[in-house]
Amino acid sequence: MITVSNIKKSFGRLQVLDDISFKVDKGGIIAILGPNGSGKTTFLKILLGMVIADGGKILYQEKDISKSHEYRKHIGYLPQIARFPDNLKVREVIHMIADVRNEPSNPEDLIKLFGLESFLDKNLGNLSGGTRQKVNIVLTFMFDTPVIVLDEPTAGLDPVSLIKLKDLINKAKAAGKIILITSHIMSLVEELADEVIFLLEGNIYFKGTPQELKSRTGSEDLEHAIAAILES
Amino acid sequence: MIKIFKYSFSDLMRSRWSFIYLGFYMLLGFVLLFLNNDLSKGIITLMNVIVVLTPMIGTIFGVMYFYNSREFTELLLAQPVKRSVIFLGQYLGISISLAMSLIIGLGIPFLVYGVFRSGEIFNFLLLLIAGGFLTFIFVAISVCIALFNANKIKGFGYAILMWLFFAVIYDGLVLLSMMVFADYPLDDFALLVSFLNPIDLSRIMILLKLDISALLGYTGALFQRFFGTNLGFVMSWLMLVIWTCVPVLLMVRIANKKNF
Repeated sequence: MITVSNIKKSFGRLQVLDDISFKVDKGGIIAILGPNGSGKTTFLKILLGMVIADGGKILYQEKDISKSHEYRKHIGYLPQIARFPDNLKVREVIHMIADVRNEPSNPEDLIKLFGLESFLDKNLGNLSGGTRQKVNIVLTFMFDTPVIVLDEPTAGLDPVSLIKLKDLINKAKAAGKIILITSHIMSLVEELADEVIFLLEGNIYFKGTPQELKSRTGSEDLEHAIAAILES
Repeated sequence: MIKIFKYSFSDLMRSRWSFIYLGFYMLLGFVLLFLNNDLSKGIITLMNVIVVLTPMIGTIFGVMYFYNSREFTELLLAQPVKRSVIFLGQYLGISISLAMSLIIGLGIPFLVYGVFRSGEIFNFLLLLIAGGFLTFIFVAISVCIALFNANKIKGFGYAILMWLFFAVIYDGLVLLSMMVFADYPLDDFALLVSFLNPIDLSRIMILLKLDISALLGYTGALFQRFFGTNLGFVMSWLMLVIWTCVPVLLMVRIANKKNF
């Protein structure tokens, strides 16, 4: 479904992605890990067409993504920072994204799930960070997209909402979707991920299951496995 | 594009600043008309305010809106929509909401005073159209500046400097060069430089329509000879259109290549 070949990107003199290639053919949860500034978000943004790569290409369903914006119909994206126009109401922004995408959406169940009913008529500028993140989650999951990209989805969420989010992710996985996720919360990654791609200095340092990563470094959990890689 | 425009427009129309801007024009209009008690004098004073103020507000709003809605723009960029559509939609949202504040804010006091019953209606419309053009031009330039500069403070600084250049520094430079080269014929030069600055161009267009070019002496006569003709009239409007299109096209070009 997604083929990434030789993606390169630098910002000025800083080489963020050196040579990234991998392939995803079947559904499942893929965690993209790496230290701060290792290019996780940059990679996701290249996949979404928000950052333009210096070299290499990404194919989605055998088609080069730089040629057309249509492929984004198939991708749901949860950005790292949730900010919206301050004077729009929650109801309006949900309606707007549905309107812009022009596809069937089902926000009602998600609104109920995250208890956002009472916020629907509030201005987005007056919401707390966590509530905005919930709105963001509704916007991402209200469409039935075969690929979901989640960039630090847990930021600002309370434990109850976190459990609900995990359920959503697992349901999406059960439906055979491809879920790309970045997170610094290793327990979450360990719990969810089928596969781990570890980025270090612009290259893929490791690609495999979380178990393989642990046994390779001889660590009990993912957190220590990552620490072992970074310290060696 | 219409969809993006619709939402950013309705967002801006509800912002406090749009109301303050509208209220300011309304107050200005009422005060000028009822103190002056003369439509044509009111229009001249308004012209002096509009040719400086609309570019300034356009510049500040353009930069501010761009930086404030950055994350939201990113969210839109991840949707199946063309980049140019997103930026044009937002650009129209800002420009049209500002132009509306100007038109409604000044329109109400002039309507109340009875502009329709006087011969000044065309001059008044010209004033509004010139103000509209200046808004569109300066919003586009300031969005370009914001697209070039990731740093908010820098972008804001450059944008204000750009406005200051067109509103004040440019005239100073022209005046200076006229004094230095006073011994040479400067007729064509004077015409040319006024074309290269949208603020000067709008000011001259309005002044000449108000038939007070006699006050401008020889230069006024020269300008009247050019702008008074059909060619001059068409050329000056065309120039304003070019001044709008070039930064808009530049904006779309930068936006298409930019990393977000």
